[in-house]
Amino acid sequence: MAQADLMDFDKALELYEPVLGFEVHVELNTATKMFCSCANEFGQGANTNTCPTCLGLPGGLPQVNRKAIESSIRLGLALDCTIAESSRFARKNYFYPDTAKNFQTSQYDEPIAFDGALTIELAGGRQVRVEIERAHMEEDAGKLTHKGGATGRIQGADYSLVDYNRGGVPLVEIVTRMIEGGEADSPEIARTYVAAIREIVKALGVSNARMEEGNVRCDANVSLRPRGSQILGTRTETKNVNSLRSVERAVRHEIQRQAALLAAGGTITQETRHWHEDTGTTSAGRPKSDADDYRYFPEPDLVPVAPSREWVEELRSTLPEPPAARRKRLQGDWGFADLEFQDVVNSDLLDAVEGTVAAGASAQSARKWWTGEIARLANAAGTPAESLVAPAQVAALITLIDDGTLTDRLARQVLEGVIAGEGTPAEVVDKRGLAVVSDDGALVAAIDEALAAQPDVLAKIRDGKVQAAGAVIGAVMKAMRGQADAARVRELVLERAGSAQ
Amino acid sequence: MPEITAEQVAHLAHLARIDLSPQEIARLTADLGQIVDSVAKVSEVATPDVPATSHPVPLANVFRDDVVTPSLTVEQALSGAPERDGDKFRVPAILDED
Repeated sequence: MAQADLMDFDKALELYEPVLGFEVHVELNTATKMFCSCANEFGQGANTNTCPTCLGLPGGLPQVNRKAIESSIRLGLALDCTIAESSRFARKNYFYPDTAKNFQTSQYDEPIAFDGALTIELAGGRQVRVEIERAHMEEDAGKLTHKGGATGRIQGADYSLVDYNRGGVPLVEIVTRMIEGGEADSPEIARTYVAAIREIVKALGVSNARMEEGNVRCDANVSLRPRGSQILGTRTETKNVNSLRSVERAVRHEIQRQAALLAAGGTITQETRHWHEDTGTTSAGRPKSDADDYRYFPEPDLVPVAPSREWVEELRSTLPEPPAARRKRLQGDWGFADLEFQDVVNSDLLDAVEGTVAAGASAQSARKWWTGEIARLANAAGTPAESLVAPAQVAALITLIDDGTLTDRLARQVLEGVIAGEGTPAEVVDKRGLAVVSDDGALVAAIDEALAAQPDVLAKIRDGKVQAAGAVIGAVMKAMRGQADAARVRELVLERAGSAQ
Repeated sequence: MPEITAEQVAHLAHLARIDLSPQEIARLTADLGQIVDSVAKVSEVATPDVPATSHPVPLANVFRDDVVTPSLTVEQALSGAPERDGDKFRVPAILDED
């Protein structure tokens, strides 16, 4: 397939106004699937979590998961939606091997939640209100692997393999209204909106919210309207966008691609497009069916969901502080500069730092350790920082530094010990014998020896050239194998050298 | 009166992946037209104060608890598959070459 022509982004915006829309699918982290009691687990052996219901075998009958309904209502409430008095499921009919039933159980004309809104804040401070048309419940599809062909993609594949473990996993699909006026911020709006949804579902605890595992997936609708025109352009729906960075890139790419096509006198085909992470481009997928072609009809095997107002209010009372409000509060409490705070947020370390501060550490020390050494070790190990060490242990480590038991350098060794499972920071200090040597006698002996070995340095210090002491301090720290407080060594060196300072 | 056309029947047949001959399309067009006409009689008696219904049983909120029960074994799950590859179902190519 030929590489699509792209128009320069700024030029595209001169000629056209981008109009956006998003469908974000959130996989709920219930124990079981939406309509059957198979486990909802990621990473199991293929086709180990299936039953007659999720395989669509004769006689299989769906039963609605109460927890999934609760999670959906809570998510709807967090998005400021109205919760339906009565809501029902519908069959969306299509033939595709990712669903064995030949239909997806979804919601059509009576979604569980509708008419919400979410205000997001861009990096430059611009606030954008995104209106939510609906949030409806449905089931996920199985996972396809395409075999043969050169690329491992669906195009040119010889055959495909299906794992139905994911088939029937509960999803909430959040559909926005059209977002106009995004202009040059459009790619950032896409990224920020998806990040906000991810943050909300994580705070609610209704999803594991790991984009790399497909817990949060975004379909981005993009159309271009010629400047001065009232008529909406034809939209494309880019699927398979599974990182925040990709969402931003995919929207930018579609704006540039559609602009080039329209400016050259071409027309946009209404279709789904597949995002390719490796090349940063999209390619045509199946032509988008009209809703009519899905032949939606009410699911005859399920009765309506009619949540009582008491139940809805009870669920509303379980909502956590909205993530955006929480961020504002924490930044104020901690007194972090914007960049410092962004660093924590972008590294997904808000909970870790909050927990460490709650366990008694200063906010700045907590930030320094989590975004520094711990993040580095986590990166090297390829795991999330929070899985390496508990906030309480980090707080204990920081206490040992603050009371002079450990230097930063020793603390890094203690941290390694804690991560290796050798115990609490205090236990690691004991076991490895890592405490700072605070016995001045041992230090003084080492200092005197170092000064005697470097008489020229000694002379310089006596002349008041205090910076020359560095060479002696280095030698002493080496002799003490690092287990000395450098500041104390410096004091003692100057004292022993008889400096005026 | 809704009119069922041969084009609609052919389109539906395509969506349902049913291969129909022109004779079958002609016969089904007539049949479906009659069925739609019969169902349309309902709207003659359904006044606006009769709420729409999608279910004959007056029930709502039938839920199950979120508790895992054993699934089929992989062998059971795959036992009806026309083709398999290891522990996965094998299906024909989905899209034609671009």
